Amino acid sequence: MALTEQEILAGLGKIVNEITGIPAAEVTPEKNFVDDLDIDSLSMVEIAVAAQDEFGVEIPDDQLKHLKTVKDVINFIQA
Amino acid sequence: MSKDRVRVVVTGLGATTPLGGDVASTWSALLEGRSGIRTLTEDWIDTVPVKFAGVAAVDPGEVLPRPEARRLDRAEQFAMIAAREAWRDAGAPEVEPTRLGVVVGSGIGGITTILAAYDTYKEKGWARLSPFTVPMLMPNGAAGWIGIEVGARAGVHATVSACATGAESIGYAIEMIKDGRADVVVAGGTEAAIHPLNVGSFAAMRAMSTRNDEPQRASRPFDKGRDGFVLGEGAGIVVLESEEHARARGAKVYAVAAGAGYSSDAHHIAQPEPTGAGIRLAMRRVLENTGLTGADVRHINAHATSTPAGDVVETVAIKEALGSHPLVTATKSMTGHLLGGAGGIESVFTILALSERIVPATINVDDLDDGIEVDIVRVEPRKLPDGQIAAVNNSFGFGGHNVAVAFTTV
Repeated sequence: MALTEQEILAGLGKIVNEITGIPAAEVTPEKNFVDDLDIDSLSMVEIAVAAQDEFGVEIPDDQLKHLKTVKDVINFIQA
Repeated sequence: MSKDRVRVVVTGLGATTPLGGDVASTWSALLEGRSGIRTLTEDWIDTVPVKFAGVAAVDPGEVLPRPEARRLDRAEQFAMIAAREAWRDAGAPEVEPTRLGVVVGSGIGGITTILAAYDTYKEKGWARLSPFTVPMLMPNGAAGWIGIEVGARAGVHATVSACATGAESIGYAIEMIKDGRADVVVAGGTEAAIHPLNVGSFAAMRAMSTRNDEPQRASRPFDKGRDGFVLGEGAGIVVLESEEHARARGAKVYAVAAGAGYSSDAHHIAQPEPTGAGIRLAMRRVLENTGLTGADVRHINAHATSTPAGDVVETVAIKEALGSHPLVTATKSMTGHLLGGAGGIESVFTILALSERIVPATINVDDLDDGIEVDIVRVEPRKLPDGQIAAVNNSFGFGGHNVAVAFTTV
């Protein structure tokens, strides 16, 4: 039932592309949302809400601020 | 007359309107006398008494990248498209950021965003609201986004004066340059208000035409059979520049933006003052501020919205303030009324009329109303004379705002 890293990565890539226009292929685990992908905090909120809908996992605000990289989000969703 | 030391010129034009997705297509449609009004097909038309509008000829969602479109209100989308066209047209001027400004307003702001966001809130709760809801609904949003786009740091402003907004923005921008606050300013107005709440609310004022069987004949300024305005949407933006800055970079110059005249009616929140005193004052003040005479003014793009109350009194005020000689046209007969966008697109049209020396005709004037003693251009476009001439764009708004902006040939 648990999603694989590859499945979550593909889903995240689609969401990030839809919201920011960044090509999904650039959304790789080591990327930092702010420093590498130049995503602002408002767009991060949009991504988090879309990810909650996509993966059925609640991401509280106090957790969101610790999710710096794509890998952090994948780990959070898998946990 | 101390402000005369700096001359302001127009170096870029941009527009997206019910007649076309840019300036060239809109202008050629105006000269052909085409109507941009059409029957609406939305599922809500049965709930309101007006079933037509001037919908933008090119949907902004087809022009902007999707990630950008989703964080902009429709009014901001129009403004961004028109601003980019104007900026490109001006040759993307290199300007010190602290000498670059923006003045772009909207009459209503992001009302479709507000209404859709309220539905989301009621149905799904606050957490599902877009984090861009606030910057989408605020009426200064378009100005802010354009400021980021061009890197303007001299000041980003948004005037809000209902249907006088676009003209007031351009007036404010001219003054920013004359006052020495900026060398280049991107200015204009935008609106996106074709929504059943707005249609219903304007209809509740009995302000809109209900000529549902002949939508393209509904906007008929100066005609005896006019029965109200026709709602349109879109944006018109200009790039204004100090003449010194424009000449130094060899920019193409369309016209001189001579100045603006303002007044207010102190009469009624939505009805025009019946003697035209406020309108007359705005036009007299634009002459005072610019040093022009009534005889210099050879063309007027009238506010004339096709409402029974407003059109004739404006012509009376034109005759009193400037004379009966200017060629007067009402382009709202073709575009509909873009509210906060009106002064933006109509300034673009006034500038083009001067630079190409041709005035588009008002369409649908079958039976000129009584009491009109100025020269209304109808049936076909008419040429403007050679030599140094001026033209005025009139824009008035609910709240009693009167703005007259004057342009002259270079």
